[in-house]
Parts: sequence; C-alpha cells; structure tokens
Amino acid sequence: MTLIHYLILMPILAAAFIPLLGVGAPKLHLGWGAITVPILLFSFFVSYVPAIASGDVFSASVAWMQALDLHFAIHLDGLSLIFTLLITGIGSLVVLYSIFYMSKERESLAHFYAYLLLFMGAMLGVVLSDNLMVLYLFWELTSVSSFLLIAFWFRRKNSRYGAQKSFLITVGGGISMLVGFIMLHVMSGTNSIQEIIAMRDTLHEHSLFVPALVLILIGAFTKSAQFPFHIWLPDAMEAPTPVSAYLHSATMVKAGLFLVARFTPVFGGEATWFWLVSGVGIFTMFWGSFSAVKQKDLKALLAYSTISQLGLIMSLFGLGSAALQGGASTESVLYTKAIFAALFHLVNHSTFKGALFMIVGIVDHEVGTRDLRKLGGLIAFMPVTFSLAVISSFSMAGLPPFNGFLSKEMFFTAVLNANQMTLFSMETWGLLFPIVAWIGSVFTFAYSMILVFRTFLGPYRREKLEKTPHEAPIGMLISPIILCGLIVLVFFMPNQLSHYLLSPAMNSILPTYANMDGLIPHISAWHGFNLELLMTIGVAVIGAVAVKTLRYWYLVYDFFPEHRSIDSGYRWMLSAGERLSHQATSRYMTGFLRHYLYYIYGFLLLITGGTLLLSGSIIIDPSGDAPVAVYEVIIVLVMAAAAIGIPFTKSRMTAALLNGVLGYSIAIFFVLFRAPDLALTQLVVETVTTVLFLLCFHHLPEWSREERSLKVRLPKLLVSIGMGALTVLIALSVQGNRLFDSISSYFEDSYDLAGGRNIVNSILGDFRAFDTMLEVVVLFIAGIGVYTLVTLKAPKGEDERERE
Amino acid sequence: METIIILLVGVLVSVATYLLLSKNVIRVVLGTALLSHAVHLLLLTMGGLKRGSVPILGDQPETYTDALPQALILTAIVISFAVTAFFLVLVFRTYQQTNTDNLHELKGADNE
Repeated sequence: MTLIHYLILMPILAAAFIPLLGVGAPKLHLGWGAITVPILLFSFFVSYVPAIASGDVFSASVAWMQALDLHFAIHLDGLSLIFTLLITGIGSLVVLYSIFYMSKERESLAHFYAYLLLFMGAMLGVVLSDNLMVLYLFWELTSVSSFLLIAFWFRRKNSRYGAQKSFLITVGGGISMLVGFIMLHVMSGTNSIQEIIAMRDTLHEHSLFVPALVLILIGAFTKSAQFPFHIWLPDAMEAPTPVSAYLHSATMVKAGLFLVARFTPVFGGEATWFWLVSGVGIFTMFWGSFSAVKQKDLKALLAYSTISQLGLIMSLFGLGSAALQGGASTESVLYTKAIFAALFHLVNHSTFKGALFMIVGIVDHEVGTRDLRKLGGLIAFMPVTFSLAVISSFSMAGLPPFNGFLSKEMFFTAVLNANQMTLFSMETWGLLFPIVAWIGSVFTFAYSMILVFRTFLGPYRREKLEKTPHEAPIGMLISPIILCGLIVLVFFMPNQLSHYLLSPAMNSILPTYANMDGLIPHISAWHGFNLELLMTIGVAVIGAVAVKTLRYWYLVYDFFPEHRSIDSGYRWMLSAGERLSHQATSRYMTGFLRHYLYYIYGFLLLITGGTLLLSGSIIIDPSGDAPVAVYEVIIVLVMAAAAIGIPFTKSRMTAALLNGVLGYSIAIFFVLFRAPDLALTQLVVETVTTVLFLLCFHHLPEWSREERSLKVRLPKLLVSIGMGALTVLIALSVQGNRLFDSISSYFEDSYDLAGGRNIVNSILGDFRAFDTMLEVVVLFIAGIGVYTLVTLKAPKGEDERERE
Repeated sequence: METIIILLVGVLVSVATYLLLSKNVIRVVLGTALLSHAVHLLLLTMGGLKRGSVPILGDQPETYTDALPQALILTAIVISFAVTAFFLVLVFRTYQQTNTDNLHELKGADNE
C-alpha cells in the first residue's frame, strides 16, 4: 500500500466515521468535520504537481486476487492529477458551501456527508485505478453514491424518480462498459490499463476491437450525459444544490470524459471512435444548449448547459483522436490541439459551472424560488451574487476577460482544423463541425445571458417571491468568490496552468507525441483578427439579438412536444418493462401448488435425468444381489398392489389402511434385513400414524373425487412415472458402482468405545448423539406446532386477538 | 433381492408423486407418508441387504450388516412421523378455518 492507496481509501473510511462524530460532538455542524478530508487530500495531491510536471508518473499495485488478475493497482499521471485536483479542490469548496446551505436542524447531515465522502473516495478510485475491474468497481460506486445523494430528500416523489432514473441509466451504461472491459481483457490478456496502452498496436486487428470500443463508449456516454442518455441529468437536479454543483457538473459527469481520455491511446485513430465521440459530442453540445434556452427553472437550465458543455469537451476529444491515425508527425500534431482544448475547457468548465450552481443555490436559498418567471430585479438586493453571476456566466458564454473565452476560441480553432482534415471522409462532412459548433455557441450565449439578466435585472416582483431577498451570508459566498477568482486568474495566466497540469496530461493521452514540438500550444488572449475571433463576435451579436427576440422564435420549441421526447420514451420503456415482467411472472406464478410442483419435478427430471443419460453413468449389475426367497416376492407384490391401490380407492379410510399395510410390510422387511430396532420403531410409529389419520378423518369430510379428465391426469401420470423411473435408475446405478467401502466397520468397536453391544443404538446414543438431540428438538418443535394448532381458538374469518 | 426392492421403491415413489399432485390435502399428506416409506427402503437397500448378522455384538467375532443406514433410517422414521403428525393437524385446522380441503380453493388472491 502506498500513500496514494491510502488517499483513495481515506474518504471512504471517513464516511464511516462521520456519523460517529455527530454522536460525539452534537453541537458541531458535521461539515466542519467533513471538510478536513478534501482539504487534506487536496494538499497531498498538490504536492505531486511539480513531480508530475517534470514528467514523473506514480504507479503501485497491491495484490488482491491473483487468479482473476485483479489488483488494487493505481497510476497517477498528468491526466489523473487534473481530475484528483478537481475532485478534492471543488470538493473542499462544495463542502464549505454546504455548511451554510444545509441546515443543521432540519437535515440529516450525517447521511449527507457520509454519502458525499463516499462519492469522493469512489471518484478518486475511478481516476487513479489502473486495473479495469477495480476501475469498474469504483465507477459503480460513484453511481450508487450519486443515487443516494439525489434521493437525499427521499420524501419527495421527484427525488426518488430522479435517483432511480440516473441509477438505471448510469449503471446500465456501466454494465455495458464492464462487457467492453472483459473484451479488452480477452484481447490483451491483462487488466492493467497501462499494459493495454503499451500493446495498442496489436489490438487493432482483433475482431472484438470495435465491439469493445462501442460498449466502453456507451458507459462513458451514459455517465457524461451524452445524447440520447442525457435525460437523467435534468432529473438529477432534485438533489441538494451542493450535490449538483459537485457531482452533476464538476466531477461525476466528467468521469465519462476521463474514460474517453484514458482510452484515447488505445482506440484513438479508429474511425468508429472518431465519429462516435466527436459526432455524439457535437450533437449533444447543440441539443443541450438548444434545450437550455427554453428552461424556466434555473437548475434545469444549468443541467442542460452542463450537458451541452460536456458534449463540447467530448467532441474535442473525438476530433483530437484523429491525431493517432497513422503515427505522430509534424502535420498531425495540429489535431492534438483539440485534445489540449478539451482538457483546458474541462478545467474551466468546472470553475464557472461550479460557481454558477452555487449562485443559483444562493438565489434559491435567499429568495425561495428558482423559477425564471418569478425572478427579476435581484441586483439591488444581492450585488455580490450578481457580480459573481456575471463573471461566471460571461465565462460560460465565452467572453473575455474570463477563462471560458480562451478555451472557446481553442474550440473554434479545433473545429476549423477538423474542417481541413482529409481522414475518415471528413472532406464531405467536415464543414458540419464548425457550423453546428457555432450554432450551439449562439444558444450557449443566449442562455448565459438569460440566466444573468432575467434573474438580476428586469422588474422586481415581491409578491411572487416567498421571502424578501437579501444578500447571502459570507460563508456561502466564499466558495463562488474563490472560483470566480480562478476564472479571472486563469485568463491572465493560462500558460502556467498549461505547464503544470495540461501538458503532463497531454503526454499521457498521446504517448506517441510525448514532448513533441508544437504539442503544447502557447495560449494567448489576442491573436489578431482571425476567423475564431470573428466567430466569437458573431456569436455575441446574434446571441444578443436572439435573446431580445426570444418571444418571436420561441415557437420553434413547439416542434419538439413533450410527448414525443426521449424522456417520454424512457417512461414508456419503464412502464412497459414493469407490465411485461408482471405479465410474465403471473403467467407461471399461478398460486396452484400443483403447478409449482410441476416446475420442481420438471427441472429435477430434466437436469438429473439428463445428466444421468448424457454422462452414460447408468450401470445395471444385479450380480452382487442377495438371494431372493418366494415369500419375499409375495410381500413385495402385496406392497406394490397396496401402493397402486391407494389412488384408486373411493374411501379415504381404505387409503389410510392401505398405507398401514405398507408400513407393516416394511417392518417385516426390516426384520428380514436384520434391522430389529427399525422394525420395532416402524411398528410403533405406523400404528400411531394410522390412528392419527383415522382421528383426523373424524373431523374432515369424505374426500372428493379428483379430476378425471385426461388433460389433468396425463401430466400427473407422466411426471409420477418419470420420478419413479428416475429413482430406480439412480438407485440401480449406485448399486452397480460402489465407489467407496462402507465405513460402518468403524462402529463395530462400539463396545470398547461406547460400552454398547447394539451398534445402531450406540451410533444414535453416543457416536452421533448430537444429531439425535437435534432430532428430539425437531420432534419438540413439531409437538409445539401440533399443540398450538389444536388449541388456537380463532373463529372463522376473523382474528380473536384483534377483536379483544 | 436389491433389484426387486429398488423396483418396489420406484413404484412407491411414483404413487407418492401422483398423490402429491392431487388437489385434495389428505391425498397430499398420504403422498408424503408414502414417499418416506420409499426413502427408508431405499436407504436400507443402498447399504446392502442380508449381508452378515444383526448388528448386535455377540461373544463370537463375526461380520455384521451395515449399521449406519439403520441408524439414519431410525432418525428418518421418527422425523417423518413428526412431520406427518404436524401435517395432519395442519389439515384439520385449515379445514376448520376455511371449510375446504381443496388446494385449488386455498390458492391465494391474484396479486400477492
């Protein structure tokens, strides 16, 4: 175990101890206890930055299950480091924010922080694992903790619905990813991601290569809310706002991006990968921003905005993967700019989107509503929040002097470069990328402006708000202020960020290009009047016009009615699934005892009989049999006749007597087969049983006739004869192959060991006395049962105890 | 001898299964009783029949028949008696409570 292993496990362990802290220090807001964990982790991971920036990587492995190639292996490189800093850094800020957001009196904070820390550990595990199976384990753990956090206010129906939806979709994708991982293991023979990357050239020809690629991408797309799996994210907004800021914008939804980045060296250069990642990404970017504009709830708007931004980053990873087609060269290094832009925007998005969620949380907290139709004119009451909102949403819109401007420009550069590509039939389709990207950016600009100006400017209507608005407490403002500070800081010092964080990550995503000239572009805010700048100006102008004229073109959204959305498709699938499984279950779970017995006997005959036949173990060898006397045959025939007679008797009395005949005949056989103890017991028991039957008949009606129709009787007959035949075959085969000697000679020194001459009695009373005692316990339990049933006096149809 | 007894066991198992599939509760209880008869015989047969003398140690050393199946069967007889007794009382009680001994009428409601 290295330090990094402990860093992953630390939040998970802390999650277990947080509730205890609540018991130990009841006056403390648990957030103060929880915040130490991410701050500590953040400072540890920051200490790795210089070493990683100078090209080091840290790998370590703890053996777990050797036979399954399952090791707790970790790998800390540039890519992982960015994510660990986001997880722990944003995590610290979110916990700090939540201390003022979550009321100590009303909320169950022990649960909240336990889930949050559990998530933190799981997410660190995802980005640091080097073993596919361990990665999968942590991946699903993030889904579980996300489920728990979305359903935190579990008394609300919408919370439960959102939690279930996100869980079904992300875990479904996770299972698909698991299948992809198993295929990777089949191809490469190892579970280590780094080893798989090292042998990437040999994998391309394998027939499972493309299926594995698609399955892993489904996992990434569901987690990162890409079209058409994006529908879970808006419903996940039922979670408390700190959770939305943390899981559903800054970290968990980026796990899919991480997965794509991690596997780019393996799958990059493949046309399927290029088209799926960039195509789905760019369409999601457009669809998310288009849907965001029509939202009335601020959090829903942010959710669609997150979907759109994730799509943007996804498409950049896709476009950049073209650089891996056919070897590293000075020309193809141009395409790597897309990957650089993706990483840069990923960091920037976490800053401005985290801040925006916190700002919306503040508005919700201080005003009591997030509905855009009710909000307006808050600038007078919340000047600080307004300033922060302007900074973060202008950054999201891609305006200077904020970090979003820089990465948005690089995004335009990347899509314009894609237009020049000559790979993957991009000559035909390449032009779509800049066009869709530009249209998506116009919508992005529009919703960013709506977010700020509808909330803080415009008419103030006190009567529509629940509370009189006022500025948030300073504690809630600290975290967004820090994030907004970063937004501005990164704009002015982007190359420091690039040097310490982005370039090591570039080296791990594109190992063949490591440290090549031109891999790490110099970021500058001003690079002359080029096409990118013109595109940004166009976005701002058209976007502003679009916001002003919203009510004229709003009709466009009528073409996408609710009942034809993907969402309603999901609901239909869910209810159809429930209906179908209910129908299927009630088809065979009929409530008739006989049917259940048919299933049991059917499977028994099929499996045991089938094994017996197929394995050829039927051996019939009567040579070792004991001799037969005539009177023995007569008893056998009498017994067979008595048994067969039972189903045919019209009177139950006859049946009980025939059963008695069988029992007494068996007693005779016990005598013949040298078992006097058995014979005695059998005689006593059979007598009492017969008496019991007769006694019982006194209270019961004469038995009715069974169904006579062939349809009922034929399957009964077939199954019965089958069971008899199966028993005979098994018994004869056992008789024919004696695999072991009898162990009963061990008991023949019973006189010396147990002091008893009767071996059977010695076994029961001494050698296996404990069994006999338990047998007596069974008798005792049965006796209690009988006694209770006989004496219980509940009148028909109602319970006496209830009546009293 | 063993083969004949095994065939008899087969007949008993068939009849027991047929009775278990009935709709009348008493027939089902009879089926379980029959099934335990069959199993007892089967167990004894598996230990080998009529080899050696009664497993009671005498003064003369000699071979004894296999005592272990006998011990097992003794336990089984007692347990099956307990089960049969319990079943019978259960049937009696069920009839008192529901006024039917027909399993098809005792089937639960459609949903749960």
